Amino acid sequence: MMNFSEILRSGLSTGTILLFAAIGEIITERSGIQNLGVEGMMLFGAMAAFKASYMTGNVWIGLLVAIIAGGILSLAHALVTIHFQADQTVSGLSLTFLGTGLALVIGEGLTGMTTATVPNLTIPLLSKIPFIGQVFFSNLNLLVYIGYLTIPIAWYFINKTKPGLDMRAVGENPAAADTLGVNVYATRYLYTFVGGCMAGLAGATISVAVSPGWYSHLTTSGQGWIAVALVIFSHWNPTRAALGGYLFGMLRRFTLDLQGPAMLLGMRNPFFYNHNLVFFLQMVPYALTIVALLWGSSAARRKRIGAPASLGIPYSRGERGV
Amino acid sequence: MSLPKISLVRRTEDVPKWMPLVTTLGAVLLAFVIGGIILKSIGANPFYIYGYFFKGAFGSLGSFSDVMVKASPLILIGLGCSLAFRMRLWNIGAEGQFFMGAFFASLVPLVPLVPMETTPKIVVLTLMGFLGMIGGALYGFIPGYLKAKFNINEIIVTLMLNYIVVFWNNYWIFGKWSDSGFQMTKTFPKAAWLPRLADLAGQYKVFSGITLHAGVLFGLLAALIVHIILNNSNWGYMINLIGDNPRAARYAGADIAKNTILVFMLSGALAGLAGMVEVSGVVHRLQERISTSYGFSGVIVAWLAKLNPWAVIVVSILFGALIVASREIQPSGISFLLQGIILFLVISSDVLLKYKFQLTRSAKVKDEVAA
Repeated sequence: MMNFSEILRSGLSTGTILLFAAIGEIITERSGIQNLGVEGMMLFGAMAAFKASYMTGNVWIGLLVAIIAGGILSLAHALVTIHFQADQTVSGLSLTFLGTGLALVIGEGLTGMTTATVPNLTIPLLSKIPFIGQVFFSNLNLLVYIGYLTIPIAWYFINKTKPGLDMRAVGENPAAADTLGVNVYATRYLYTFVGGCMAGLAGATISVAVSPGWYSHLTTSGQGWIAVALVIFSHWNPTRAALGGYLFGMLRRFTLDLQGPAMLLGMRNPFFYNHNLVFFLQMVPYALTIVALLWGSSAARRKRIGAPASLGIPYSRGERGV
Repeated sequence: MSLPKISLVRRTEDVPKWMPLVTTLGAVLLAFVIGGIILKSIGANPFYIYGYFFKGAFGSLGSFSDVMVKASPLILIGLGCSLAFRMRLWNIGAEGQFFMGAFFASLVPLVPLVPMETTPKIVVLTLMGFLGMIGGALYGFIPGYLKAKFNINEIIVTLMLNYIVVFWNNYWIFGKWSDSGFQMTKTFPKAAWLPRLADLAGQYKVFSGITLHAGVLFGLLAALIVHIILNNSNWGYMINLIGDNPRAARYAGADIAKNTILVFMLSGALAGLAGMVEVSGVVHRLQERISTSYGFSGVIVAWLAKLNPWAVIVVSILFGALIVASREIQPSGISFLLQGIILFLVISSDVLLKYKFQLTRSAKVKDEVAA
């Protein structure tokens, strides 16, 4: 039967995938570059992690390769949008195609293989706390804990450090940042790269940790796009993005658990008796993404929070004032 | 340190007319070179694969007909995307609108909406085409309305709808309409099939086995209509104006919200018609795999064609060839890979239209000022 703490734990694991991807994209977008290629970078990272671990037998090398792979792919987007001033939407879409194509071509023949995976850990003292310790700190994947740490680090970096301030300045008003001596081009390259690295890590979180294996394009099955939606929903705030990611993870598990029992709240469970109704359950995460956007956007209007002011606008030094 | 430095200088003069074509062709050529290098580096033989591409696509009348069959939905989707992109509406949901169109069109033979034995073929097909367009338009209405009323990012909405419609179709394909447990519906009655050239094999021997169907005519007709809308109508003028300069359009009295919804619906209707063309002209049933990412390729087609309706036809044929040829080539991701590289290089090549490269020798002075 359904068990709330199990759903919560599962949400923490699968939510970590979205957490890495969404926080990476937040960092990229805060510097003024919108990279819609998250899905492609994630798939490429997932393949790279799996293939590298498979070939070397060492999952840490796999993680490292995935991070670098995602980062390198993002540089294509950076070059095209920052230097060639191409449209960021179209470039992001091409990146998705490119990443998907590269992943499928290089990952050919990996389906069905098994490899080393990232180990589960129990945190010594914290796991002793009643309930909380059991749910949050025992026998979870190492990457989940890294995900926990990423949230405050990202928040602190964006809001409390000088480089974080520079990054936000470049995203809001690049011309002003430029006059203050911030290198707009270099800043945007750097944070596009960081976002790509985190998307690669998100892909690796799938293929060598949370649900190990290579299932060609089904490995990510649209999670990169959900991550992009989370960025908007979270108003470019890493804490909200992480919570949203965990919620989505829980939802996925919940819709799976809903199919199990024959009786549900004292009634015949329709999903158990008519398996075709499960297709409607599978729609839920995607439909909810739209609802979340609707909710997020009305909240943003109320509180007057918007996207970084220069998001998606190429900067060309000395050409215009804004 | 006074190394010569390459810098970009914005062009002040108009580029010659031939230049966009040359840069685009150059970019496509370069894409094949880079794709070849990647293929070589993973141990495949690019010359063999490209040779196979060409032979597999244009080698015979039969294979060229296959190319045109694949190009037909691409033309319709590419036109729909071009229309939306002119207004800078990012309709990435052609894939979903295609599936919804296929679903609505399938209602005619599967429910059935009209008696299939007695109704004339032309009535059945017209009804299917009409319903396909309605299905696509309704599915385009959702992102259009959310964008117009709440300013919700249409890229995310259309993408999510792409996933949702697959589950929706599966519910019917696996359930009520399943053909004795298989994951597809029964074959449509002949009245719901678009006429094919092969139907004429009795009179003309050359056409035997040629699968080209009447759907390609829809694409040509649609190109003409989209061309007229964009270039010879007030509405088209508004669409272009809103896309280029929304502020000016608002001053000129354009109702941006209404046009956003209308353009999205028309864009969806074209993709929906493509869905009808595919179920009625090719597979003759509704099944899960009716699209090889037509919706996404359509996005690239529109962009490569620089949103020009006639160019959409040419580019669709090239992409049809890419799809046909890559069916038989392993690994299966090659066609995706090439599409991605092509699109990347084409958008990069646009920089040559906007900027000139210039060698600056006195980088030193600049550095001193900056310091």
